[in-house]
Amino acid sequence: MKPAPFDYVRPESIEEAVAALAEHGDEARVLAGGQSLMPMLNMRLVRPEILVDINRIPGLAGIDDEGDCIAIGGAVTQGDLADWPDLAATLPVVADALPHVGHFQTRNRGTVCGSLCHADPSSELPLCLALLDGGIELRSARGVRTVSADEFQQGILTTAKAPDELAVRARLPKARQGERFAFREFHLRHGDFAIVAVAARRAGDAVSLAVGGVADRPEVCHWESLPDDAVDDALNDLAWALGGSDDIHATARHRRQLVRHLGRQAIAATAGNRAAA
Amino acid sequence: MKRLNRDGRYPVRFTLNGMPEEGFAEPRMLLTDFLRQEIGATGTHVACEHGVCGACTIRVGGKAVRACLMLAVQADGAGIETIEGLTEPDGSLGPLQQAFHENFALQCGFCTPGFLMTLSEYLEKNPDPTVEEIKVALSGNLCRCTGYHEIINASLDAAKAQRERRRQQD
Repeated sequence: MKPAPFDYVRPESIEEAVAALAEHGDEARVLAGGQSLMPMLNMRLVRPEILVDINRIPGLAGIDDEGDCIAIGGAVTQGDLADWPDLAATLPVVADALPHVGHFQTRNRGTVCGSLCHADPSSELPLCLALLDGGIELRSARGVRTVSADEFQQGILTTAKAPDELAVRARLPKARQGERFAFREFHLRHGDFAIVAVAARRAGDAVSLAVGGVADRPEVCHWESLPDDAVDDALNDLAWALGGSDDIHATARHRRQLVRHLGRQAIAATAGNRAAA
Repeated sequence: MKRLNRDGRYPVRFTLNGMPEEGFAEPRMLLTDFLRQEIGATGTHVACEHGVCGACTIRVGGKAVRACLMLAVQADGAGIETIEGLTEPDGSLGPLQQAFHENFALQCGFCTPGFLMTLSEYLEKNPDPTVEEIKVALSGNLCRCTGYHEIINASLDAAKAQRERRRQQD
């Protein structure tokens, strides 16, 4: 199908983009990479009055090392981030997850912040944002605010971003000395949305595990210490607590089993060295 | 700030396989439809129109992308490459096309332009891929005829032919 008619604006600065969003409110949609929005427009699942195309705003194009965090601009594509030379050293879990985000042709246009704002419960980048407890910087004509991952993603395709706000950058905390990460997912076809995806972090005895594709947003579980003989019980409790349901792709029981299976793999991988993971 | 109204038709200019092209588009016109209907470049095929099948894959600024997930007005000023640009200057088949021909890597041919444009970027980034790497690279293109084995074989042959060609140029 083809999109319903809409007006189109192409701001050249963040200020212009924010002014357009302030003027049109929830009748406007931000067009970044378009890899989620364009299918919804083509299928007429959304019919905005106006599109605000942020692709040519220079202030949204950068990846910056801010010391503790990596700041990823609102128009940075997933492919740009995957090709960024410092990625594996600073955000190893993102480096492992990115090849699973769609296909390389969709990563060539799809943006990091667009994926976070689309907030699909089984997509990989919101999972990384949740595990790392990153933040999203939102700009509007009313001002600037930074929202934590936990506050930002509220449910299926639902975030704290107001219609007049623009996600200008995502901030992901860099891996610290001694931290180990692992990512695992199960999908039917490479590039499809994961049925279940997990990302784990170990820092000393403490282990965190983020799980996507089960609850209506990525959920993070944290253990101050998790001895090897306690992992299976902990994952079983987590699998039941997430409350997954049956859908066209998998049953709730299959999802619980994937949480146990992938969770164990990822947690075990953080105990070894990264190359062996 | 550029503002386009839904009812207007606006000029869109870009280079297509190195040649300047120009046409007019409403804001909602997809790049696929613009290429086919305004420019008349019908080598790019339109199938699912929501980014799943890969049939409409073209290169914009050198990057392989879904033409059905871009608006024509977004392509203004871009450098675009399509299947028509893969032939040799004398009109004979390019290495990718030749490899698909020799390996029987197409039957109905509908998906083929998308596969070739995907591979044309991928083999530049990875000139000597393994079978597993090709499977991942082609996972975003659907073919309902061949069962993919011939396509993978053609990809390996095309990669080899392009490596040979590069060696001769050096």
